[in-house]
Amino acid sequence: MKQVPGETTKQPTFEEAMARLERVVRQLESGELSLDESLKLFQEGMALARQCSGLLDEAEGRIEELLEGAGGRPALRPMDLGGEGA
Amino acid sequence: MNREILTVRALTLYLKEVIDRDIILSSIWVRGEISNFKHHSSGHMYFTLKDEHAMIRAVMFKGRNQGMQFKPMDGIRVIAGGYVSIYEKDGQYQLYVQEMQPDGVGALYLAFEQLKAKLGQEGLFDETRKKPVPRLPRKVGVITSRSGAALHDIMRVAYRRFPKVNLVVRPVLVEGKEAPPQIVKALELMNQVESVDVIILARGGGKYEDLWAFNDEKVARAIFACKIPVITGIGHETDFTIADFVADLRAPTPSAAAERAVPNAEELQSTLVAATSRLRLGVRRKWEREEARLRGLLGSPAFTRPKNCINQLRQRLDDLTRALTLAGARQVRAERGRLATLAGRLNALSPLAVLARGYSLVRDYPGGLVVRSITQVFPGRQVEILLQDGSMDCTVLETRPAGVPVSEPFDVPSSEAEKGR
Repeated sequence: MKQVPGETTKQPTFEEAMARLERVVRQLESGELSLDESLKLFQEGMALARQCSGLLDEAEGRIEELLEGAGGRPALRPMDLGGEGA
Repeated sequence: MNREILTVRALTLYLKEVIDRDIILSSIWVRGEISNFKHHSSGHMYFTLKDEHAMIRAVMFKGRNQGMQFKPMDGIRVIAGGYVSIYEKDGQYQLYVQEMQPDGVGALYLAFEQLKAKLGQEGLFDETRKKPVPRLPRKVGVITSRSGAALHDIMRVAYRRFPKVNLVVRPVLVEGKEAPPQIVKALELMNQVESVDVIILARGGGKYEDLWAFNDEKVARAIFACKIPVITGIGHETDFTIADFVADLRAPTPSAAAERAVPNAEELQSTLVAATSRLRLGVRRKWEREEARLRGLLGSPAFTRPKNCINQLRQRLDDLTRALTLAGARQVRAERGRLATLAGRLNALSPLAVLARGYSLVRDYPGGLVVRSITQVFPGRQVEILLQDGSMDCTVLETRPAGVPVSEPFDVPSSEAEKGR
C-alpha cells in the first residue's frame, strides 16, 4: 500500500470500499436519481466491487514468523511449522 | 479428684468457654485441603479441612461466603481464616471460617483485583477507547506459544474461514517470569509490521496461575498502546484476565479469537456478488423506466403525424374565427334592436309629436327662447309660433294674466290661448 509520490487519492481499505458499495447500491435501488447519475453510480459501484474482490484475492495464504531484525525493526521469514507438535 | 458430677451440657459449655477464651483460637489462619464439601440449600457451606495427618470440621456461613472470588470444592488447597468453637449439640469443635482464599494464588487474587481497579480507574477498559475489528485484515498477527494447542487451533479456524489468510506469527513464552516481557515486545514489534490489521493474543487453557502473564500490568499497558486492534483468546470461557479487559475484543478461547479476526471468505464473496447483481438490476430498472418514458414520448401524435397535428390546429383556428364572426353579428343585431327601441322612446318625447296633436309652440323672436310666461313678452314684440307643418311670425298685441277676460276687439278662442301655454 505504498503511495506513489504526488498521488493524492489513497486506495480505500476493504471497510471503506464495502461501506461505500453498500451506500451506492441502496442509492441506485431507490430509483430517485436521473439516468445519468444512475449510470455514474453503477460504474462507481462496479469499480468498488472489483476493488473489494481484488483485496480478497490479495491474500496469498502465507504464514510468516515475526523476528526482531537489526535495530529492533521487525523482520519476517517463512514460518517453519515442522517442529510444531499439535 | 473432684467428685462433682457434671451434666453433659455443663461439661460442653465449660469446654466451649475454655476454647472461646483462648486468644489464639479466636483468630487463626489454617492451611489445608477441602473435602466433603457441601453447599447447603440454606447458603451455608460445610466441609472438612485436612492434611496428611489430621482433619477439622469447618463451616462458612452464607453471610461470609457470598462474593468469594473462587468456588470452593473438594481437593482444593485453601487458606482459611476464622475462629474455633464448639457446636454444643454434637459436641464437636469446628473452624468457623470468615475468609478463604485458594492456597498459593491467594496473593495473586489480591494483586489481580487491585490492578484491575487501578487500570479501570485510569480508563484502560473504557468501551470508547476500543477499536473496531476490521472486516478484512490484510494480515493477521498472532502472538502465542510456538508449541501450544492455541496456535494449532487458530490456524485451523483461520484456514477454514479464509483459505488464503495471511498470518504473521510471533512465538512467545506464555507462562513464567519471561512471558510478560516477551509478550510486550511481541506487541510492540507486531504494531510495526506492514499490513497487519488485527492482532490475536492467545493462550490455551491452564490452571489459574498459568494465565498469570496476562494479568501483568506491563502487558496490559502494551495492549492499550497498540494502534492495531487486539483480540484476546486466553484460557477457557470462564477465565478472565486483565488482558481481556484491556483488549479491543475479548474472545473466550483461541479458536473463538480466530473466528472474530478472520472473515469468512465465502460470505464476503457472496456479499460482493449480491451487491454487483443489485447494482446491475438497479441500473437496468432505471434504464427500462427511462426507455419506456422515451417510447411514450416518441409514440405521441406530435412525433408520429406532425401534419395531422398542424391540420388540427388550423381547424381549431377556423372554428374560433367562425365563432367570433357569429358572435359579432349577433352583437350588431342586438345593438340595432336596442337603437330602434331608444329611437321610439325618443320620438315619443319629441315636441314635434306634440305639435302633431294640435298644440303649438311660441318662441321669442329673434332669440329663439321658448315663451313660457307672459312676462317674457310685451305688446308689439315679435314672436314665432311653431305648428305641425310650419311656423308663423306674429306680433303680440296684449298680455293678460290667466283668469282675466279677453278684451275687445280681439276675439281669440280661449281654448287656443290655453293650449298655447
